[in-house]
Amino acid sequence: MALLDVSNLSIHFGGVKAVQEVSFSIDPGIVYSVIGPNGAGKTTLFNLITGVYKPTSGEIRLDGEPIGGKSPDELARRGVARTFQNLQICMNMSAVENVMVGAHLRLDRNLVKAALRLPSITRRDAELRAEAAELMHFVGLDKYAEARADSMPYGALKRLEIARALAMKPRLIFLDEPAAGLNPKETIEVDHLVRKVADSGITVVLVEHDMKMVMNLSDRILVLDYGKKLAEGTGEEIRRNPDVIAAYLGAHA
Amino acid sequence: MLAILPFVLPNSFYVDLAIRMAINAVIVLGLNLLIGYAGQISLGHAGFLGIGAYASAVLPSHFGWNPLLAMLAGAVATGLLAALVARPIFKLKGNYLAMATLGLGIIINIAVRNEAQWTGGPDGMPVPAFGLFGFELTSDKEWYWVVAALLTVSVWASLNLIDSPFGRALRALHGSEVASRVVGVDVVRYKVAIFVLSAVFASLMGSITAHYVGFVTPNLADFFHSIELVTMVVIGGMASVYGSLIGAVLLTALPQALATFEGWETVAFGAILMVCMIFLPKGLVPTLAAKFGKAE
Repeated sequence: MALLDVSNLSIHFGGVKAVQEVSFSIDPGIVYSVIGPNGAGKTTLFNLITGVYKPTSGEIRLDGEPIGGKSPDELARRGVARTFQNLQICMNMSAVENVMVGAHLRLDRNLVKAALRLPSITRRDAELRAEAAELMHFVGLDKYAEARADSMPYGALKRLEIARALAMKPRLIFLDEPAAGLNPKETIEVDHLVRKVADSGITVVLVEHDMKMVMNLSDRILVLDYGKKLAEGTGEEIRRNPDVIAAYLGAHA
Repeated sequence: MLAILPFVLPNSFYVDLAIRMAINAVIVLGLNLLIGYAGQISLGHAGFLGIGAYASAVLPSHFGWNPLLAMLAGAVATGLLAALVARPIFKLKGNYLAMATLGLGIIINIAVRNEAQWTGGPDGMPVPAFGLFGFELTSDKEWYWVVAALLTVSVWASLNLIDSPFGRALRALHGSEVASRVVGVDVVRYKVAIFVLSAVFASLMGSITAHYVGFVTPNLADFFHSIELVTMVVIGGMASVYGSLIGAVLLTALPQALATFEGWETVAFGAILMVCMIFLPKGLVPTLAAKFGKAE
């Protein structure tokens, strides 16, 4: 059975139909990419599935259960994680604390216990700090283990977002342009990182403009154009699809 | 340091000043959790302080309640009121949130002024001494120890809270609300929780103030007092526990120090605040900590 099943999903902002009647499904364990020109509705689609926006119509099912219109924290509880195209790092915190926030739902969030500094809280926090440091190692940020978030360069923050998302121990992770604004060397590193994430058993949904990376990583690709589904298939199928060539890859064909 | 203070202070004037500093420090600590750490503004906190103060004045005088019971009742009432209004208020952000909390504070103040048969209206009313198990708190020295203990516990609890899953969630929703939502933080719940907590802090210290001074007036709950508390947070330093202490100490002492200017003290007070904000926009403690390379 598909892990994520989207059918006839639409959202309208006033007269703007940002996503129209889009349907697709994602099998567990794959890398699924969403591509399309700027303004095609890729990020809006992410916002719909991760609960930031509520759909105007259509259905989203995770493991067969409807999740359309549920709040982001309910989706987080079901193992849906994401990163953001425009960085959403908490600049008022240290790098490792940003990662620790990702584990929010796995912790005892009791206010009174926290204020009394009960051993159960501090012990778990110490474990989590070590776990977060390991995640920073996993995404290649060892040298920022002690850093404040606001002292880190852009490329490192992009990966810090991935580490925070991984701290949720998600089943499904949405990466919104993880390589945007990165230099070629950093892009290759992120390419490898996404591969590592997928190999760890997490289903990856990727929005990315770097075609080499998309073709390299993706098991399947969805092409959006003006909020509508233009095509869907394997990298090879998409590359040959005449509609896609006309709308998107036209310049290169 | 708190322990040796009463022995070095030259006279009761300074002991009195130290007590008022400590009371303000506890309120400002709570308010800084809301403003500095969680990034939410409240311009109505003196209203909560007023509820506590008047609970401690009215319930023992008119109904013969035990002062401790009255204090707790005030705190519970404040907590319930804060929780009730916080849900709709925290759907608002920025300027709208400031206006909503401002309105709430003003409503409480008006209620206190108008219910003259209970509160003495604008003239205020006396508050009975704080007694417990037949022992009465009267001298300034005794009050000093009580307030110093409360302050120590508050600092300890605040530091614990900030460095905990709860505290990280608070700071995260300040840093990026959307990011904290997608990792599972129920942001409205956290904003409500910290608003209620800081309101209860204010209410308890309102009760303490009432018993210590022995008299309450509606000025305790007015808009200017709310602004004064927020100013203490900002001058000392947002998101800084020690900043809260410094802010409270400075702004409590400043009007006394400026008393020599006679009619001009308010002007001097304003000028000092402006200069602080221009040269130390992050507040005293964070700016100085950054300057001398010490992370808090």
